[in-house]
Amino acid sequence: MRIEKHPILTFEKGRKVKFTYNGEELEGFEGEPIAAALHAAGVKVLGHSSVHKRPRGFYCAIGNCSSCLMTVDGKPNVRVCIEKLADGMKVETQQGKGDLI
Amino acid sequence: MRTTDVAVIGGGPAGLSAAISAASLGAKVTLIDRNDRLGGQLIKQTHMFFGSQKQHASVRGVDISGILEEQLSKYKDNVEVLLNATVLGLYEDGVVTIEQGEEKYFKIKPKAMVIATGASEKVLPFPNNDLPGIYGAGAVQTLMNVYGVAPGDRALMVGAGNIGLIVSYQLMQAGVKVAAIIDAAPKIGGYLVHASKIRRMGVPIYTSYTVKEAIGKDSLEKAVIVQLDEKWQPVPGTERELDVDVMCISIGLSPLAELLWQADCEMKYVPELGGYVPARDEEYQTTVKGIYVAGDVSGVEEASAAMVEGQLAGLCAAKNLGFTSPDFEARRQDCIDQLNTLRSGPVGAKIRAGLEKLLG
Repeated sequence: MRIEKHPILTFEKGRKVKFTYNGEELEGFEGEPIAAALHAAGVKVLGHSSVHKRPRGFYCAIGNCSSCLMTVDGKPNVRVCIEKLADGMKVETQQGKGDLI
Repeated sequence: MRTTDVAVIGGGPAGLSAAISAASLGAKVTLIDRNDRLGGQLIKQTHMFFGSQKQHASVRGVDISGILEEQLSKYKDNVEVLLNATVLGLYEDGVVTIEQGEEKYFKIKPKAMVIATGASEKVLPFPNNDLPGIYGAGAVQTLMNVYGVAPGDRALMVGAGNIGLIVSYQLMQAGVKVAAIIDAAPKIGGYLVHASKIRRMGVPIYTSYTVKEAIGKDSLEKAVIVQLDEKWQPVPGTERELDVDVMCISIGLSPLAELLWQADCEMKYVPELGGYVPARDEEYQTTVKGIYVAGDVSGVEEASAAMVEGQLAGLCAAKNLGFTSPDFEARRQDCIDQLNTLRSGPVGAKIRAGLEKLLG
């Protein structure tokens, strides 16, 4: 949910861009963290834990905790709480631990 | 290899202040931050600061960041700022390795360094504490105040310290309902002026309460809270179920001290300061010569204190390399006095107890 009215803050947003989340087309603002764009679109579950498959959301939002790892444009283990959204990005739920190559 | 006089690791309130004061003595400073902008967690702090004018009281945190950056820009001839740059390692020969962006990896050998890496949010153990919708209070602050996205509709705040109280108020500013603030302690930990403001807005604050469990399928749907007796044990029959889709955990921070461990600084466990913190002297120099600390990594406290610690560490790091100014001693003493004032009174009791353990 975007905050439309705030008593003391105004939010400078980048241009509106399209990206995909597991193939579904969503909109967000260029330069905001991918996790913020997903959250604004109602996506709270970013992945599942590797052993017990429990749902995972972000926790710290500043790149510390690794709770928000996803696959972005084919690259695994991206911390989407700090990775900036760009036009046409392909964001996917990560399966397993991710391979380097 | 690249060199510098003082490398400052972390560009939050402590690191920015350290860079400014070291540069003001004429030292060549390299300020390194993993984010794409300076300011650290100041950028999400929309509340006005306490303390005195010297620590920018009555100015919003987000604006303090700008003030510090402007002060730093006065020394642009001897300050280099590396953004998107993560320090990966400190080596025994004094070499610092840095990854900048995803392409660049390089080494730098500073004559001294100030480590100001801050702290991270603690987690609270209870069943289903990993459900999406349960976030660090600071995370919610970032999402709302920096990026303009509300975390949900109705929130439970766990922890009635200053962060818990302030973020509760900010949740309401963002249009999120706050169902309650709870704290396991029998007393509200934060300033009463914040607590009163929130109570006036109709939010109950339950002390001696903790989270029994979180309920939800894919994300948080309900939270069950329970009262604690004087021995901090749950009292059966006092459970309450709250319909919340957001829970903010605000039970304290722990220092991000990995680099200090790596550098083999002597560490001491001091719960009042957030966990393992480095042993250090009055100049904020650790047991490894040339490595200084400032801000939350040296003991979790308020940002006001972090700025003064940064000033002091930056001054001393530069001075011990041979840089000085006629007013050095006065400035050093002023920092020490400011810190003593910030830590005086009942509000500073916990910090004073922690520092007593740390410094002996």
